[in-house]
Amino acid sequence: MSSEKNKSNQVSRRGLLGTALAAGGAITLPRAAAAGPGNPANQPPNVPEWSRMLGDGVAVRAYGKPSRYEAGVIRRDVEWLTASRESSVSFTPLHELDGIITPNGLCFERHHGGIAEVDPDDWRLILHGLVDKPLVFTLDDIKRLPRTNRVYFAECAANSGMEWRGAQLNGCQFTHGMIHNVMYTGVPLKILLEEAGLKPNAKWLLIEGGDAAVMTRSLPLAKALDDCLIAYRMNGEMLRPENGYPVRIVVPGWEANMWVKWLRRIEVGDQPWHHREETSKYTDLLENGRARRFTYVMDAKSVITSPSPQAPLKQGKGFTVLSGIAWSGRGKIARVDVSLDGGRNWRTARLDGPVFDKSMARFYAEFDWDGREMFVQSRAMDETGYVQPTKDELRKVRGLNSIYHNNGIQTWRVLPSGEVENVEVA
Amino acid sequence: MSRSREFAAALALLALAGIGVANAESAPKPGAKPAAVAAAAAPAKAAPVHYGVGREARPEEIAGWDIDIRPDGQGLPKGRGTARAGEEIFVAKCAACHGEFGESTGRWPVLAGGAGSLAGHDPVKTIGSYWPYASTVIDYIRRAMPFGDAQSLTNDELYAVTAYLLLLNDVITDQDFVLSEETFPKVRLPNEANFFDDDREVSEKAFWKRQPCMSACAPGEPKIIGRARAIDVTPEEGKGPRVE
Repeated sequence: MSSEKNKSNQVSRRGLLGTALAAGGAITLPRAAAAGPGNPANQPPNVPEWSRMLGDGVAVRAYGKPSRYEAGVIRRDVEWLTASRESSVSFTPLHELDGIITPNGLCFERHHGGIAEVDPDDWRLILHGLVDKPLVFTLDDIKRLPRTNRVYFAECAANSGMEWRGAQLNGCQFTHGMIHNVMYTGVPLKILLEEAGLKPNAKWLLIEGGDAAVMTRSLPLAKALDDCLIAYRMNGEMLRPENGYPVRIVVPGWEANMWVKWLRRIEVGDQPWHHREETSKYTDLLENGRARRFTYVMDAKSVITSPSPQAPLKQGKGFTVLSGIAWSGRGKIARVDVSLDGGRNWRTARLDGPVFDKSMARFYAEFDWDGREMFVQSRAMDETGYVQPTKDELRKVRGLNSIYHNNGIQTWRVLPSGEVENVEVA
Repeated sequence: MSRSREFAAALALLALAGIGVANAESAPKPGAKPAAVAAAAAPAKAAPVHYGVGREARPEEIAGWDIDIRPDGQGLPKGRGTARAGEEIFVAKCAACHGEFGESTGRWPVLAGGAGSLAGHDPVKTIGSYWPYASTVIDYIRRAMPFGDAQSLTNDELYAVTAYLLLLNDVITDQDFVLSEETFPKVRLPNEANFFDDDREVSEKAFWKRQPCMSACAPGEPKIIGRARAIDVTPEEGKGPRVE
């Protein structure tokens, strides 16, 4: 290749870059649509343009982002769900992900007063109440304490809550996407409590955030001493602002409302506080008008992420992979069964990759599709012997108005066309 | 033994061996028992390690952030207010979202009404119909309301607005009743007794079944009884937030 040709390639590449930049944010189509028929000029036997000219050099993308062809892989919200965007939720695109780790930029959001933008130099954590010595920590203090790394799921108590009365939203992003699973780095809360010294009558902790909602939850001391983390990193990097930068509490296996973000204060007391998020909200109304409170644990649950309404079977009949996630707040996932016929018959799926305590597990069930209509379901079991119930089994105990903790089995109807829809079957 | 305990024990041994440890509290004190005796006694119950990280919080620092209020009245600020005074504040600062009588505008939360609706098809969960404790009302307003202007009300305004909400919910009937840190703990909401602690392990014990059905678990073909597409409220693909 002559140097002249090289030069011309660079020039034309510059021109192409300009075009790409101009088109920049406009590409928001999902991958399926963007891929389309493609460009034959880039397919064999032709040599594609990216094989002929140089690409970006190092550090052009100083903080890397996904390929622009993945621009449809984003958090989405459902505007009619809430009265304001600051007290609302966005959903993780589970149908576009695999493995068990959620990329930080895709972790669902749930704020009650918008995203607090906290300057880490001004961040403080006050620990007081029934302690020998009330303490105040800076972020540097927290980072000097012994730390631990754990992979846990954080699932909103309201995940699947819109589905109590029937199939409502068409896609696992919307029906199951109020969950993320990342590796947290943090200090065991137990270490901070021992640093302050607990009084003998200490029984409960008030965990308080520093955002405009000043979110509070009462946490039983036993859980605090067991496995709670004061976390400042997710998947290696510092927490994202929308996930509580610089510090949040991690409450493994328990409803994510308790995972208070932008943590500012921990008060030790001898009884729960019965605050708004554990009385008006995050209490589960039953059919008889009475309500469960302190329903902390997220029970075993699973969902098939592909095929699903946003991830249709495009290739027609033949061999394919059914993929999904399972998790339990009570421990490790022990087994996942899948059904292709609406729960008439089940086979045990293959768990693949690490299976951690109170973490997502990935399952696969490969099969040969004959092109006929299917009703696909998954059923998780955890190490305590808990088996994920059907929605009807849950409704028999709880009625239709408990809003939270819907871990019922999800059914996707796969049509002969490969399209998929959210249905309920009897 | 947890990691922190192991580390604590390791630190203690270092200290006993006479190796310098930055933290004075874990160093051996003059006149301490001979090392062998102390080491033998240590595994029984290792004292919590102190890393000496963080500093003592000053009372005024705690006071500035300690705004929580409990049902027994712990944390109530000094102040007083009546529903009569609260109505004016509520109309000025709250009614745009919650309606003049707590009935709400648009999709903002309803604060009053709904009595007797909890066991019905469409429960209306308000302060009067659902909330168990009045302390939650004043605590939540104090920390988070008005939405977008949190922690802006004076203590007297807090009591007055809370009194007005209690009046709207028929919890108090006299609009000149003075709500204060003395009178507050006597206020009771009607639904307090209808909450009970999580009982899933008992009421849902049937879900713990180690051998779930694997074949011929239901008769006939699956019958569709509900379809999300029929409701059609899912956001369109490509209509998501702009990604820059």
